Amino acid sequence: MENESVFFSRVLTELTLSFHIIYATIGVGVPLMIMLAQWLGIIKQDSHYILLARRWARGFVITVAVGVVTGTAIGLQLSLLWPNFMQLAGNVISLPLFMETFAFFFEAIFLGIYLYTWDRFENQRKHLLLLVPVAIGASFSAVFITIVNAFMNAPQGFDIVNGELVNIQPLVAIFNPAMPTKVAHVLSTAFMTSAFILASIGAYRMLKGSNHVYHRKAVFLTMKVGLVFSIATAIIGDLSGKYLAEYQPEKLAAAEWHFETEEGASLILYGILDNGEVKYELEIPYMLSVLAHGTPLAEVTGLEEFPKDETPPLYIHYLFDIMVTIGMWMVLLSLLYVIGIARKCGFVRTRLFHWLIVLGGPLSMIAIEAGWWMAEVGRQPWILRGIMRTEEAATTNPNVDLMLLLFCILYLVLAIGSIIVLTRMFRENPVEREIEDRNSEKDGGFYVT
Amino acid sequence: MSLEVIGISVLWLFLYGYVMVASIDFGAGFFHAYSTLVGKQHILTKIIQRYLSPVWEVTNVFLVFFFVGMVGFYPQTAYYYGTVLLVPVSLAIVLLAIRGSYYAFATYGKLKHNRYTYLYGLTGLLIPASLSIVFTISEGGFITEGNGNLALEYWTLFSSPLTWSIVVLSLSAVLYISAVFLTWYAKEAKDEQAAALMRKYALIWSGPTIITAFGILIEMKGHNLERYEQLLDYWWMFGISVLLFLGTVLLISERKYYGIAVLLLFGQFFFAFFGYGISHYPYLLYPFITVYNSFTNEATAISLIIAFIAGLCLLIPSLYLLFRLFILNKNYVQGKR
Repeated sequence: MENESVFFSRVLTELTLSFHIIYATIGVGVPLMIMLAQWLGIIKQDSHYILLARRWARGFVITVAVGVVTGTAIGLQLSLLWPNFMQLAGNVISLPLFMETFAFFFEAIFLGIYLYTWDRFENQRKHLLLLVPVAIGASFSAVFITIVNAFMNAPQGFDIVNGELVNIQPLVAIFNPAMPTKVAHVLSTAFMTSAFILASIGAYRMLKGSNHVYHRKAVFLTMKVGLVFSIATAIIGDLSGKYLAEYQPEKLAAAEWHFETEEGASLILYGILDNGEVKYELEIPYMLSVLAHGTPLAEVTGLEEFPKDETPPLYIHYLFDIMVTIGMWMVLLSLLYVIGIARKCGFVRTRLFHWLIVLGGPLSMIAIEAGWWMAEVGRQPWILRGIMRTEEAATTNPNVDLMLLLFCILYLVLAIGSIIVLTRMFRENPVEREIEDRNSEKDGGFYVT
Repeated sequence: MSLEVIGISVLWLFLYGYVMVASIDFGAGFFHAYSTLVGKQHILTKIIQRYLSPVWEVTNVFLVFFFVGMVGFYPQTAYYYGTVLLVPVSLAIVLLAIRGSYYAFATYGKLKHNRYTYLYGLTGLLIPASLSIVFTISEGGFITEGNGNLALEYWTLFSSPLTWSIVVLSLSAVLYISAVFLTWYAKEAKDEQAAALMRKYALIWSGPTIITAFGILIEMKGHNLERYEQLLDYWWMFGISVLLFLGTVLLISERKYYGIAVLLLFGQFFFAFFGYGISHYPYLLYPFITVYNSFTNEATAISLIIAFIAGLCLLIPSLYLLFRLFILNKNYVQGKR
């Protein structure tokens, strides 16, 4: 019975988080994009950008609502499914958890104000000012919650005496070695993914025959932002590799199928694992040493150095491949697009290229999921690396399986509901009509077509 | 005052905040659904939407704040409450999720169908019921501990009159709080028709609220004598609460000073809530955990309090701004902009 609870607790947590991060990623990244569009609208005196900000914000509310409720779910599930873990770790990591709620509070208040003062402030700059706390609150809740996760990967800031945590230093726990790369990676991928998702929407509208300049501006803006953050993501990804080599070598070794400790280790891309043999792989000599330590001849610790029951499952290699491949592909795609537009090359205006942009958004989201799965499964068997194993942390309540079923239904309903609402919202009110409406409402003024 | 007591006082204050704002929210959803059902939708819809829209998200945060703070200050509660509350709290999460997201879907996504209005109204009643179970359990007698496992005795829980009295109190209090508040809000909006209707609801629900509150005192005598005597030790707090209650009802029935009636209402629940809380001291879960044996280490507690004060410096001005712009803004309330 107890083992069943552990298994179902794992599945339920994974399900909740996998569902939540779709909306959470959008929730972190989109406010920045809205702010950017509003700002561009003001400095360029271009009402299209202001409209862009409004339309994005309108869709954003729907994703925020789902993000908030699933976030509440995971917040409570931490204690409901992993009571032993929270009892122990709560002593050390409650500070960032607590700060996260403040960031969330802050964001919620100003989002409410922003949404209900559409037409109350004549001055668009005041409106921009309201977006600043929304974007800051959104980013900081990601920062704080990622700190909690970083702590689980690299716990520090306490001593253990007879199974009890003593000499606790909350700030040391916050500034753990996993924190800088994790926080940076989460933020830049959220910005990148949100930008590419907004780009796919614009490109899709263009494919469906709307050739309004509004969409072209939107796609160009989002692809540029996406390019910047996908390059940032790649650089931070490299730093994360160096962090792993130093502090969590078993995760890196499992992700890379690096079994024997050696110098000048090569990076394995793709391939399949068949009875301990790696087949059909693409090997890049010396690359793993470069990724891990920055020099081609450095020694990289292999999986053989770790006890069998302390190594993560080897399938995380596939997740690593998915994440890195999509990341690289998106850098290339957005680079081609930005260069293509700047040089007025024809290929970026083709239907094929637009379809590739449409695919970019969902692909980036898949990369987010794969990245999180890799990071989380990669620290198995630990819930607190080196301190508490996952089985010891789970609840003993026998009803987890029923709750899993309940939440499956909930997420299905939320997914269907949000998709229906979002598509209807924009299909019934295309941008052409909204521009027309606004022009007839306001006599002259700021709005031009 | 020791850190332990500061911690629980702060959390209790936030829980009080949640109970008040959530009651207004839950009750409003129910009245909206009910008025749709009986064909009086045109009277209430506008006023309720205007109040709820900018604040629905903030309501949720009060709850998150409370449980994160609880686990932060008293990590042991995660073990006891976390283990036994899996089912009731999961149900509450699901209802909250449906409620929160469908509110956004309906308001911003124009998902206009009466089905959702009813769903919204119904969840608003089920959530207080499922959350109030936590109060019942905290009174002790529903959890057994054997060979390292905790179990919630569902049969004892559901057959106890105390459970049902608390559920009924939570429901009628939600409707009463909400009705009094909306009476004032409608009056501010110069919407006489809505104010008259809400006034009627407020008077209807005042009776069950006060009757069940007294009923619980009697149940408690049979359930846990020690706790009953502790409650009586703070009789004066409940006495003030009753006086404030009478004041609210009087003002509402005389159709006078609705603003003061709302303040008396907040005072009434403040005294009742804190009287209940203080009489519960030092137990967080009778008889397993007290504020002392579950308290976190000093370093974490101090850092949490510092974070809390810093957070409040941001929050209070922001909440004030939100109130200025929406709740206390005559033009907004009257729907002029």
